[in-house]
Amino acid sequence: MGFLDINGVTKAYGAVEVLHHVDISVDEGEFLVLVGPSGCGKSTLLNMIAGLEGITSGDISIKDTVMNGVHPSKRNIAMVFQSYALYPNMTVGQNITFGLEMHGTPKEERERKMREVSQLLQIENLLDRKPGQLSGGQRQRVAMGRALVRDPDVFLFDEPLSNLDAKLRVDMRTEIKKLHQKLGTTIVYVTHDQIEAMTLSTRIAVMNKGYVQQLGTPKEIYDNPANVFVATFMGSPAMNVLPTKLEDRNGALHAVLSGAEGQEVILRIDDAPAAYGAYKGREVLLGIRPEAITDPEGADRNARNIQSLTNIVGVTEPAGADTFVTMHVSKRDCIARMRADADVHPGRPFEFAVNMDKAVLFDPETENRIG
Amino acid sequence: MSVATQDTAIRTGRVTRTFIYVFLLVFALFYLLPFLVMVLNSLKPLEEITSGNMIALPQDWTIAPWLSAWSTAQIGVEPTGLRPYFWNSIKMVVPAVAISTVLGALNGYVLTKWRFRFDTILFGLMLFACFIPFQIVLIPMARILGELGIAGTTTGLILVHVVYGLGFSTLYFRNYYAAFPTELVRAAQIDGAGFFQIFWRILLPSSGPIIVVCVIWQFTNIWNDFLFGASFASGGAAPMTVALNNLVNSSTGVAEYNVHFAGAIMAAGPTLLVYIVAGRYFVRGLMAGSVKG
Repeated sequence: MGFLDINGVTKAYGAVEVLHHVDISVDEGEFLVLVGPSGCGKSTLLNMIAGLEGITSGDISIKDTVMNGVHPSKRNIAMVFQSYALYPNMTVGQNITFGLEMHGTPKEERERKMREVSQLLQIENLLDRKPGQLSGGQRQRVAMGRALVRDPDVFLFDEPLSNLDAKLRVDMRTEIKKLHQKLGTTIVYVTHDQIEAMTLSTRIAVMNKGYVQQLGTPKEIYDNPANVFVATFMGSPAMNVLPTKLEDRNGALHAVLSGAEGQEVILRIDDAPAAYGAYKGREVLLGIRPEAITDPEGADRNARNIQSLTNIVGVTEPAGADTFVTMHVSKRDCIARMRADADVHPGRPFEFAVNMDKAVLFDPETENRIG
Repeated sequence: MSVATQDTAIRTGRVTRTFIYVFLLVFALFYLLPFLVMVLNSLKPLEEITSGNMIALPQDWTIAPWLSAWSTAQIGVEPTGLRPYFWNSIKMVVPAVAISTVLGALNGYVLTKWRFRFDTILFGLMLFACFIPFQIVLIPMARILGELGIAGTTTGLILVHVVYGLGFSTLYFRNYYAAFPTELVRAAQIDGAGFFQIFWRILLPSSGPIIVVCVIWQFTNIWNDFLFGASFASGGAAPMTVALNNLVNSSTGVAEYNVHFAGAIMAAGPTLLVYIVAGRYFVRGLMAGSVKG
């Protein structure tokens, strides 16, 4: 049993089931991120943990106490909303202490806790202002202060950064991570931003269409995506997914693709998992991250199996730190991530280095990872 | 909660602008003229009016008609002036406005933040109250007031006006609260606030503009109502409007037009005052409710 347990939880509105049998167990101090495109059910799940939405079947428990039907205020949780939901008629100080007041905490203790929290978040000088007089970043802090002051078992964050501009978002992301490291609280965090998910979490649940597609550490999710959806959703630019034929040549497995001019491109696969054997001679999908396709000088020195791939360069996109190269492989766009000063030119052939250690295969029918 | 801004006007040339001002001024005068005539005639002795000088300035300024209308004029059979009836109206309008506004706010809160099955249908039915003509309810209402034993009293009138006003006050508050972020209610729920605490501590303090709109609307309608007043509270409990009618119709010899004018201005005074004090919030509040809905 974990600290927060979600056991076989489903949610249906009438006959329409929007969440299908979700099982997640969160340990104390974990930072779980629910990530997925809009409409995947992540916010619904969060609201069910908060008690703002009912549970159709299954149960949710916090600290081994089943929370089904328990009022939100009795679950000892705190939530930070996307719009911050600060009470517009109250000052920052009143906003922070409102929850304590409603729970009947004595005034002196409320004041003391408010001081502690405002010190921690550096909002002491804002306590007498109204939310309308604050900037986006300040509101965000106050919203977190309101959650922190309650000293809850579980923090719930509902896309808390999506109303901030790009730079502030990165700053606040770091702040949240710092806060988590400092306080060691259990957090469930909803976002549609896969970078937020990767950077903040200790574990990620990738969701789509009401199903948890994969639950794992950021590294597991990134390196070994369970299916094509997870592979393409996580990572920017997305993982290249290329139709390939798996062939046995000279006793080793090879992925056979076609280049921009129809030429055959062969990539050897070493240390193939046993499951690959069943797909010998069949069409599969080869998944390979853009950073695993580089110029030869930029290739990972620790990689054991670097294969070369000569192809015509399509488009080059310098992005400062890197240059992204788009080319045609197996009639699909394939993106490679090169060093900024790699000598690539559109329309000319170039010899790419492919780190096959990082390659994964997917079944073309089920789209699940093989092996 | 957006406020209607004033800088949306299109820039116009000097000639057009002058034309617009003259046009508006003429109409303003046109509408103000009757009021001016009333004020002037309430301040002159009766002989000046009967001799045919309706429009002229008083030659002999006097407040005697005002004093007479307030405290000594014949209302029906009693020479009480309008004073007791003015207080009748106040005693009716203040509770009726307060109760219908608070109930309307509660209705709006429940209809937008505590959704339940058939809530939109229920709201639609409540809206009918805004469109049902007064005459239709006269007889059933008379029966109910009789059953409750409050026929012919100010309490009865308060009940009638609260029931009748609920449609509009609910409409105002529902539309206003529809634009009120539901996340705030959820946050308050997690903070442990109950149904009434959320209403009292979160929603009501943010409802200033729409409360003003509702109060002005209800105050004007209830104060100016004649039909219900005449039907359900004649005699000693009659409101100002009914008393004014009785004042004008009670002739003990000559018709005292100057006293009638003074009485009419007294009857119109409170609504005018409410408009002047809170009128600018009226338009703002209406806009705030209508932008999102």
